[in-house]
Amino acid sequence: MDQPLYQFIVIPLVKIVVILGVLSLIVAYLTFFERKVLAYIQVRLGPNRVGPRGWLQPVADALKLLVKEDLVPGGAQKFVFMLAPALIIVPAFLVFAVIPFGPATRLFGLLPEAIPPYLTDVNIALLFVLGISSIGVYGIILGGWASNNKFSLMGALRSGAQMISYEVPMGFAIISVLLMAGSLSLVKIVEAQQSSHLWFIFPGLLGFGIYFICGVAETNRNPFDLPEAESELVAGFHTEYSGMKFAFFFLAEYTNMLVVSSLATVLFLGGWLRPFPNVAWLGFLGIVPPFVWFALKVAGFIFVYLWFRGTFPRYRFDQLMHVGWKWLLPLSLANVLLVGLIVLLVKG
Amino acid sequence: MKDVPTINVDRGPIPFSERIYLGPIVKGLAVTLRHFLRNLFGHRDVATIQYPEVKRQYSERLRGRHILTTKEDGSLRCVACFMCETACPADCITIVAEEDPEATVEWEKKAALYEIDLLRCVFCGYCVDACPKEAIIMSRQHEMAFGAREEAVVGIDELRQKGPIEDQDLGYRPYF
Repeated sequence: MDQPLYQFIVIPLVKIVVILGVLSLIVAYLTFFERKVLAYIQVRLGPNRVGPRGWLQPVADALKLLVKEDLVPGGAQKFVFMLAPALIIVPAFLVFAVIPFGPATRLFGLLPEAIPPYLTDVNIALLFVLGISSIGVYGIILGGWASNNKFSLMGALRSGAQMISYEVPMGFAIISVLLMAGSLSLVKIVEAQQSSHLWFIFPGLLGFGIYFICGVAETNRNPFDLPEAESELVAGFHTEYSGMKFAFFFLAEYTNMLVVSSLATVLFLGGWLRPFPNVAWLGFLGIVPPFVWFALKVAGFIFVYLWFRGTFPRYRFDQLMHVGWKWLLPLSLANVLLVGLIVLLVKG
Repeated sequence: MKDVPTINVDRGPIPFSERIYLGPIVKGLAVTLRHFLRNLFGHRDVATIQYPEVKRQYSERLRGRHILTTKEDGSLRCVACFMCETACPADCITIVAEEDPEATVEWEKKAALYEIDLLRCVFCGYCVDACPKEAIIMSRQHEMAFGAREEAVVGIDELRQKGPIEDQDLGYRPYF
């Protein structure tokens, strides 16, 4: 009786609390890092007033958002308007249930037995991630529609069109990884990269490029930030949101960045594996714990996100569609064929 | 129409290398990365001035808040001639004149009320130019924040020269 309680209730609960806590902290500080990185790129200083060198800025932001007035516009659909922020943030956090942060660990001998640091390892994890993260777009569309505001609606419509256009090549890019790994379980995919002696980015470079471009588009980040294009749509789908509801949209955007980055790390960059996992003379890299390797890779992706934002202007809508349907879709299809052929020749 | 000389400025078809954007994209990324790294390791080309601690050096003849200068005995030099009020393009000076009990041949009036609405003032310095007595000059004080509109209307007491003229932070004034 005691053992199942411990195994199925206590440990998962502790894991959930830790993951949610760490995730919220990281997401809060992502806003700070984004402002700092953008500032340095644009030859400014960025936030440096709150706390030592500005390190308490996220705390101040959170406090401000908590005490802000929570407005609901006159003609809004109240229930849907309230539902939308929850609908966008819950899937964003939910995805982290299956992201493998590292292999089973005893935390440097602190635990009596090895425990995997991720919440679960379901055998359809990848499908779960794709399915759940697609729910997020409902939050955007419903929020934009319920606001009773033309800018919000335009932003929501753009977001819907963008998601549909880019989900397809993204799916094909992921299929190329599935062909190589032969499993939908994210843990198995990482282990396949260990046993096949190389990260999937090397055979799947094209797929990786397509995946990352689509990932940027899916998270509505520059240069694909048409749903919230400031110069055209005020703030896009969240124009009418304020206070904590706005914060939810904001947090969800950053969490989705983390999701896409984590997934890219797992699928293409070997998850928690150190670089060149089977080269013996690089064994000294094993000193760094696997979890840190994972975090470093994700941080690299996040930096690329911010770097893109500091570099590229926004696509026009027809250009967005052009890139999505006329370039990425055929390329990703060709990539699936190519990878399939290679896998057939090597394994078959 | 046939004989008109024309220059063909058609750029022709954009070559494939430029249409796929890859080269320019990498170039752009390199520029932003260079700026990022340079500023991350020791703020070398940041133009920001950390305002309350560091202040920009302004001109010697900056047109800041006004000073009403005084004579040796401490009374205002102003003779209430209304020249500044007339010259003021922003209409921010209000003067009420009264007879000066110490009137001489040189002057016969003095200001009973001299108010400047600093929120209306455009700091053009025309009042200084107009004054025949060098009674209104400008300081270099430019940090004027008010809690209410009424506070921005300053009278003789606030504008009067405090201490000897050499100690004032003098800005725009005649012959300077």
